[in-house]
Amino acid sequence: MTAVSDPPVPAAEPAVAPAPEGEVKPRDILIICYSGELERIWAAMILATTGAAMGATVRIFLTFWGLQAFVRDDVRITGDNTMQKMMSFMQRPGISHRKLSKMNFLGMGPWMMKKLAKQYKSAEPKELLEIAQAMGVEFMPCQMTMEMFGLKREDMIDGLGDPVGAATVIGLMQGGDAPLFI
Amino acid sequence: MSTEQIAQVVDAKGLSCPMPIVKTAQAIKGLASGQLLEVLSTDPGSVKDFTAWAKSTGNPLVEQAEEGGVFRFVLRKK
Repeated sequence: MTAVSDPPVPAAEPAVAPAPEGEVKPRDILIICYSGELERIWAAMILATTGAAMGATVRIFLTFWGLQAFVRDDVRITGDNTMQKMMSFMQRPGISHRKLSKMNFLGMGPWMMKKLAKQYKSAEPKELLEIAQAMGVEFMPCQMTMEMFGLKREDMIDGLGDPVGAATVIGLMQGGDAPLFI
Repeated sequence: MSTEQIAQVVDAKGLSCPMPIVKTAQAIKGLASGQLLEVLSTDPGSVKDFTAWAKSTGNPLVEQAEEGGVFRFVLRKK
């Protein structure tokens, strides 16, 4: 006699019961903004504004190169010691001074991207950032990155929340926030 | 065609993602519950986007049409 195991029966119902119609409570969204390149900052800003527009609570954790994009545009050199100052000299901070990871060509690439965005009436990162802030997107700077780059609160754009650490980020994920690492 | 009065019109013609949805979300804040918002868009992606937006926010999409490349959405504020 050969034992024939039954094929697995597919579950008839999804594991999570759908919320009643019209009462969908969207999951909170947590964007970890880690990279500072133009294309990634742009994607983060598009998803943040859209998330807020769709009724979700959106939080953005700004860390490493992502945090440098949220230094005020008019701040040129940041940091206390030579190495920190050199870092900001080599890569100018601020959302309007982002570089593309590919085809940067000394700024030609970003210039063309922004021109195309204007032509097709999308919005560039700086504009989306202002919209995101007006829509209540919460920005959480990384405490450790602030210290590592020697960034002060007055170097940063207005409206950022208090600096936090990785435990806050993990806590939000454990609490059910949909995480995005950009 | 609905005979109900449209409370506000958002002209998002020519705008690309994410602006039609963002402008809609901003406009619907100013309406009272039950009022209608009309959105005009030329972004082909907005057909699926507005269905998703209505589902997520709970503001029903009561009318949807396309004429000469212009998409028209009527949403009711919940």
